[in-house]
Amino acid sequence: MSSLNKSSFLKVFLSYLPLIFLFASVFNEFDFNYLEIENFSFNFVHILIFYWTLKNLDRFGYLSIFLAGVINDVVVGIPIGVSSFCYLILCSVTAYIRNITLRPNFVKDWFSFLFTIILINSIQVIILDLIFLIEISYISYLTNSGITFLFYPIFFILFNFLNQSLSNKKND
Amino acid sequence: MAGGRDDFVIAFRSAFLKKKDKQKFSLFSLILLSLVVIILSNLNFKPIQLVKISIKEIIYRTSFLISKPENYLQNLNSKFNEHMNLLEKFKNTKSELEILKEEKIINNFLKLENEKLRSLIDENINSNEILAKVMIDRESPFLRTIILNKGTKDNIKLGMAIIDGVYLVGQIIEVNYSNSRALLLSDLNSKIPSVLAPQNMQVVISGTGKNYGIIEHTKDDFTENLINTETIIYTSGLGGLFKPGIPIGKISKDKKNKVNFFSDFSQLDYVKIISFNYGDKR
Repeated sequence: MSSLNKSSFLKVFLSYLPLIFLFASVFNEFDFNYLEIENFSFNFVHILIFYWTLKNLDRFGYLSIFLAGVINDVVVGIPIGVSSFCYLILCSVTAYIRNITLRPNFVKDWFSFLFTIILINSIQVIILDLIFLIEISYISYLTNSGITFLFYPIFFILFNFLNQSLSNKKND
Repeated sequence: MAGGRDDFVIAFRSAFLKKKDKQKFSLFSLILLSLVVIILSNLNFKPIQLVKISIKEIIYRTSFLISKPENYLQNLNSKFNEHMNLLEKFKNTKSELEILKEEKIINNFLKLENEKLRSLIDENINSNEILAKVMIDRESPFLRTIILNKGTKDNIKLGMAIIDGVYLVGQIIEVNYSNSRALLLSDLNSKIPSVLAPQNMQVVISGTGKNYGIIEHTKDDFTENLINTETIIYTSGLGGLFKPGIPIGKISKDKKNKVNFFSDFSQLDYVKIISFNYGDKR
């Protein structure tokens, strides 16, 4: 009985883990910037949203992504709604890829991710720099996009492992 | 060709408009909502401002609580590093203390003389200090700001200077009821009217998004005057935002355009928020 309860708790916890990661990372602004390595930062939230909305949409609701965007904007200090808009654009790209893909392929996903983060970072730069006149560093955005792209395979493996264990738990 | 276009339209419509089983809202409606939020958040209507302030209050408090374990680990790491360098630091501090003792005697005289001269021209500067705790110091690669635990209820106003010890750190750019956001000197959007001493040259110190600043809006050949002297940068007080004479940083020896700030922005724990007014006699 106890093991059954334990297993069901683990199942619920694991199923909410991507969502916990999402909110923990927007509240903490998780980008390893505090390591103080010159120009080193990556956007974990972009990887997280891209992977889970592409592979297993059941783990994420679009409303929670919208709320995560609002929280990110407040924590970072940019106009409210900008990150939500960018995250939802990312979701639209993954939804489109999901609809047109018959046989998923990692390399295709990876390069789609590069296209998507360049697109959403460009949208963010346009909104912040040209509309709100907030001075930003283009180099920081460019390196951030590059490093985020390079980190995708590592998180892909980790998330794949989590996703598989979630599906196994579902089938049990 | 038409078939290909139809496929695109079907995939596009399905992606944007159709709700999946577990989704309560379609992507299209949420994208529209985020656009409305962007527009509304930049309107200066009182109800919208109140909603914005409430959202920020809640999120800052939650973020402060959630980032506590991470901050604890970071503090532990910096304390460990500090401990390892203790002996070397002690020796340096001892020799610096001797020099400072000598300088203090001269400075005391200059301070008295300065106050006497200011009272002669009726230009006393009164300042009020409010101690604030740094709640969140997320160093984003794009924006460099900190959240402080003092807001409108503590009479905090936009533009007030933030001081760490005696060094300038930044200025208040957003005020909520119980907290406020300060823009650090290292942010790209930070521009501080300053003066170089002892050259007495007016400059603007601009942030770079990194841990140093740069000198802007001065003569191109200003570096010629910086040879063989240690140049300290103080606030000039121009524009009336800051009290004149708050130390900011010193000019880097290797690169004359680069400003090394005195304060370490990643180690801020408690800061002073200061306001000042000219002319009133004490």
